[in-house]
Amino acid sequence: MKHATAGPRPWTFYVFASFFALFVLFLYGPMTVIYILSFQGPTGGLTFPMTGFSLRWFHALVTAERVGDIGGAFNRSIVLAVIVALLTVVLSVAAGLGFRRRFPGSGVVFYLAIASLIMPGLFVGLGIAVGFQLLGLDIDWYTSALGAQLTWTLPYGLLIMFAVLGRFNRAYEEAATDLGATSWQRLREVVLPILLPGIIGVALFGFTLSYDEFPRTVLTAGTRNTLPLEIWAMTTNVTSPALFAVGTVTTIVSFIAIGIALISIAVIQRRRTRGSGEPI
Amino acid sequence: MKAIAWLPSWLQVAPVALILVLFFGLPMLVVVAVSFFDYGQGRLYPTFIFDNYLEIFSSSVTVRLYLSSLKFALIVWAVTLLIGFNIAYFLVFHVRTLLWQIGLFLLCTVPFWTSNIIRMISWIPFLGRNGIFNQTFMGLGVVSQPMEFLLFSDFAVIVAYVHLFTLFMVVPIFNSMARIDRSLIEAAYDAGAGSWGILTEIILPLSKTGIALGSIFVITLVMGDFFVVKVMSGGQSASVASALSNEISAIQYPPAAANAMILVAIVTLMVSGILRLVDVRKELTG
Repeated sequence: MKHATAGPRPWTFYVFASFFALFVLFLYGPMTVIYILSFQGPTGGLTFPMTGFSLRWFHALVTAERVGDIGGAFNRSIVLAVIVALLTVVLSVAAGLGFRRRFPGSGVVFYLAIASLIMPGLFVGLGIAVGFQLLGLDIDWYTSALGAQLTWTLPYGLLIMFAVLGRFNRAYEEAATDLGATSWQRLREVVLPILLPGIIGVALFGFTLSYDEFPRTVLTAGTRNTLPLEIWAMTTNVTSPALFAVGTVTTIVSFIAIGIALISIAVIQRRRTRGSGEPI
Repeated sequence: MKAIAWLPSWLQVAPVALILVLFFGLPMLVVVAVSFFDYGQGRLYPTFIFDNYLEIFSSSVTVRLYLSSLKFALIVWAVTLLIGFNIAYFLVFHVRTLLWQIGLFLLCTVPFWTSNIIRMISWIPFLGRNGIFNQTFMGLGVVSQPMEFLLFSDFAVIVAYVHLFTLFMVVPIFNSMARIDRSLIEAAYDAGAGSWGILTEIILPLSKTGIALGSIFVITLVMGDFFVVKVMSGGQSASVASALSNEISAIQYPPAAANAMILVAIVTLMVSGILRLVDVRKELTG
């Protein structure tokens, strides 16, 4: 039985499982190699063999050994990513709730969001940069780049909210209303807690998409770079393992964000199954 | 009366709509306008001329750039579809417990939340002249000279695209497949359908929306990319978007804007071709 839930596995399972394993290796293999190579010895190059084990290339990032401002760019990227994540959460949760009924103009906003999602980021950045120039405004990371990144994170946030709300049972809301809750109480004490795992997912998307954003930011950040722009500059003028060291550092930040999000979702789900015996 | 009923929805959606109009809608109109501007010495002259378009259409480079972009898009689409479909099929139909399914799905999606630029350059130690592939193959005696075509070539560009974008195929196809009613497959099986029949008559048609969404993502990502093609081809290949980013670096905004308009028109044609096959809004909003 091919699709039974018990019994011996068909031979095709092992073919697909091997294919999946190869795919995972393809995804993670190269990344793992640069994390290893970022600890390259002081005389080592961009590829194996390792000539030793050192933190020299991480040290090179914080000293003035190269032109550029990795530290400043890193701080700006973190601050920007937090702002983008907060705005994305608040605005896409509100919009997601609004989209639960069809209203005049809902189609326009929906297709605007989809177009914004698939439009090449460079063009959005070009339009914003030239628009600011025509209006006589200065571009900066917390104005034009913030707006540019929101055109990318809000559609993602909206799509996740659609998926989350698609599974949301409106009976909980109706019950709250029947029991005399005001609309504010209903939102704060019923709707938002139920949606919380999905909202954390939106925050994760908002943070990481902003933190790693390049094509929309490259023309809109102005003179003070974000981290991906610094890394981009490094790919053209740095030929030492310092490039890999910055890759390791930036990936650790992403992994911390992913870890926080997944652990909080897991904790919430566990509390729920323990509390009611039935996941919502 | 009706307007009052819609008011809460309007208020809830208004901030998102406003940001999209201000930072996406209007900037796109700016690009349209600038594509008709004149320029010189880093300055823009608000005129209404067709020179930027005429230059593009009369240049022999244009056709070559579009063919190059379309070639990348087609190859990457085919490879990501093949991989994405099989990975999604494995996760949905072969992995038996929900916990494993979620775990393996997350394993596929984690790289999406890390930097694209870093994931791209992580191929350099693999594909370089003294990279891991060449060291391995020379060690095995398969080749006596390092293979030069691996890095800074179309091959490297395609490897990086597949590495970066396959996820965009896996997720929508996985979503479509996960919604297929298992009893439908059981019924087909009981009625005497073979594995191949079930795949082509049930699973493939019911995954159509996922395949369409994934194809839209992959094609638009490849057509709009400029940095992978620049770095991984070592400047030897070009695409429409990479040529466009060169024009932007040279502060030639009007021809860049005209190029962008033509590229958007072609990508829109491709996307609407795919949309004719499926109703994406129904799929996304449930």
